Amino acid sequence: MTNEALTNPASLPVENGLKGVVSDWSSDQRAFKKVPWGKAMMWVFLLSDTFVFASFLVSYMTVRISTTVPWPNVSKVFSLTVGGQEVPLLLIAIMTFILISSSGTMAMAVKFGYQKDRRKTALLILATAAFGATFVGMQAFEWTKLIMEGVRPWGNPFGAPQFGSSFFMITGFHGFHVSVGVVFLLIMAAKVWRGDLDRETPGFLTGRRGNYEMVEIMGLYWHFVDLVWVFIFAFFYLW
Amino acid sequence: MTYVPIGHDATVYAPPAETPEPELYHPKTFIGKYIWSQDAKVIAIQYSITAIGVGLVALVLSWLMRLQLGFPNTFSFIDPSAYLQMVSMHGMIMVIYLLTALFLGGFGNYLIPLMVGARDMVFPYLNMLSYWIYLFAVLLLLASFFVPGGPTGAGWTMYPPQAILTGAPGAGWGIILMLVSLAFFIVGFTMGGLNYVVTVLQARTRGMTLMRMPLTVWAIFTATILALLAFPALFVSAIMMTLDLTLGTSFFMPGIVSQGKQLGYGGGSPVLFQHLFWFFGHPEVYIVALPAFGIVSDILSVNARKNIFGYRMMVWAIVGIGALSFVVWAHHMYVSGMNPYFGFFFATTTLIIAIPTALKVYNWVLTLWQGNIRLNVPMLFAIGFIFTFIHGGLTGIFLGNVAVDLALSDTMFVVAHFHMVMAIAPVLVVMGAIYHWYPKMTGRMLDDTLGKIHFWVTFLGSYAIYLPMHYLGFLGVPRRYYAMGDTYFVPDSAQSLNASITIAALVVGVFQLLFLYNLVWSYFKGKPSGDNPWEATTLEWQTADTPPKHGNFGPELPVVYRWAYDYSVPGAAKDFIPQNEPPDLSAAGAGVPRT
Repeated sequence: MTNEALTNPASLPVENGLKGVVSDWSSDQRAFKKVPWGKAMMWVFLLSDTFVFASFLVSYMTVRISTTVPWPNVSKVFSLTVGGQEVPLLLIAIMTFILISSSGTMAMAVKFGYQKDRRKTALLILATAAFGATFVGMQAFEWTKLIMEGVRPWGNPFGAPQFGSSFFMITGFHGFHVSVGVVFLLIMAAKVWRGDLDRETPGFLTGRRGNYEMVEIMGLYWHFVDLVWVFIFAFFYLW
Repeated sequence: MTYVPIGHDATVYAPPAETPEPELYHPKTFIGKYIWSQDAKVIAIQYSITAIGVGLVALVLSWLMRLQLGFPNTFSFIDPSAYLQMVSMHGMIMVIYLLTALFLGGFGNYLIPLMVGARDMVFPYLNMLSYWIYLFAVLLLLASFFVPGGPTGAGWTMYPPQAILTGAPGAGWGIILMLVSLAFFIVGFTMGGLNYVVTVLQARTRGMTLMRMPLTVWAIFTATILALLAFPALFVSAIMMTLDLTLGTSFFMPGIVSQGKQLGYGGGSPVLFQHLFWFFGHPEVYIVALPAFGIVSDILSVNARKNIFGYRMMVWAIVGIGALSFVVWAHHMYVSGMNPYFGFFFATTTLIIAIPTALKVYNWVLTLWQGNIRLNVPMLFAIGFIFTFIHGGLTGIFLGNVAVDLALSDTMFVVAHFHMVMAIAPVLVVMGAIYHWYPKMTGRMLDDTLGKIHFWVTFLGSYAIYLPMHYLGFLGVPRRYYAMGDTYFVPDSAQSLNASITIAALVVGVFQLLFLYNLVWSYFKGKPSGDNPWEATTLEWQTADTPPKHGNFGPELPVVYRWAYDYSVPGAAKDFIPQNEPPDLSAAGAGVPRT
């Protein structure tokens, strides 16, 4: 068994292009050569989660069509007053910038992870978590501002009640994803910092040995949450 | 062609293992082994027992419903509200908490690792969580029987506005418990489903290519993908309906006047709920049906002692049905008031899906053709499935057409159709599968005589229940009605038909107790089965121990040299060749060496 196992999976011959896809899928053991189990599972999960967010956004579009009351003017609702001047979409532009930046630090963390640079990886993951936490904090600020102005899930002074309902539901669900991500980023940062991934320490709950692929899997999730935000941003704030 | 002499060097036929085996978790205590177990086989049995247990509740509910329909005004404890609650809970439990959980959580967990030659699922810890969240969802659902107002009576489809208005039974607690329970079920299922998909894709043993997998694995794999993509729509609609109920949002609620009072709702779309629900609901039909297709293919092939006819076409039919099932959902909504052009589109796709389905039926029949058929109990159930599935499928063609459906919608004809095609047919397969794999799970055979009695009563009884029900539908007897009352179009004789259906249902129900008795009795007193009682080729029958120990196979994982259907191979010594039997170079037609 193990003695027959290839010691270095990277040495597997892999064909490129369509031919490679066909030969991988008609082979034994693994359909995605070189892809570890955890990474494959994260991709499948993200596919499923895509359908969750797609259902949310389609529902939002449907109620926006079905409601009889005019939709609020979003560039007014989502504006901040800075120095006596109303700047539309200011807060959300900063939030989006922060979240996209966090994807950058995450990508760098993955790169340094594969170089086994323990310190840089941990710091970059921490930076990502900090960006994420800032995003959630600013979202809390935005929610507070809207609630103070009288926006509720069941109604608001600016127009269709479905505006408040879908806004709180969808940004809340996305914010929940970001918060979960931040928690796991902090756990991952601690693991990297302690050297669990270098020493291949078994996980506390799952008993699976640590490795730097975990950083990349975490990154996949983080980029996904980022990508979803782009859609929410486009459909909520720009439409 | 010249063959390379291979000795025992399997690498000639199968590539070397690409990765070292992961360490298995080793439980040290009884609780770790049987309660908080991470072994897929134990989780499978936990799933199965829970699913069958909650299924029995739904069975009893169906008896009570039938008592009311067969003998109205006889049972004072069944009032209209209670009747609606029984209908709703019966439907939801049977479709989701019994069939989905049993096929994917039960058979999926047990069979996938064994059939693809893996030691366990890829992430056993997540798999364990999946079961415990499922159990929590079941308990939440059952709790609704004990809350003020009782369980929801809004129908298993929970259409708004009536599911949200206070008029429906269980309007306070019942509906919310149902929605929250569904959300938990979906979270739990996703954890298991990710495991099933990744195990099939990435954790097969050496030599096990996708096109050598038994159809059972193909079917459960495809059904799991359907579930992972379809359940999100139900998850989202459950969240939105919960918000409508608790926070007073109006996702699904139009402006509405109830009992002369204008409610606070307005501007939502009730049809949106129907679209979301059926975007989940139609794939759900195939989440239940596809595993049945796969399992029945294997049972038929084993007991006909022939390879499954058209294996590749069977695989592509499973995949094709799975893909098509996402574009037919609105055929449940012909009478919902959606745009009539939608009806044209969805009727077309619905009829297209009949093509791969019919292809499968032909292949099952052709597998039997000139087979050396062993009419044992699993085989009887498998053949029974072909009958009930064809009947249910044919009435599906009626209902798939808009013009016919408009007349038959919401009548007993629909009830007869979907019970025939997605209740009786998959349940016959579940029973056949239990008779088939019980020896592997326990090491003992189920009693044959009891099994045959069980089959004939269930099979003939199903026809006694559902054939007359089609006729009631033609007469115009509506579904979900507590009592028929006086109409000018339903003759009095319909009532005697209803009574006979009820008697048949009760008889069939009682004989399921015989099956449960058989399960328990055989566990202690059944005939020892040996490792491979059915002389089958697939890997789960080639394990070193029966029942298989933790880790499934002995110290060495099996290497697969051939597909799953080498039965009655000309020139072979036995009439079956296990998948892990190395090619005998002296025999003609032995496996082809890897180049």
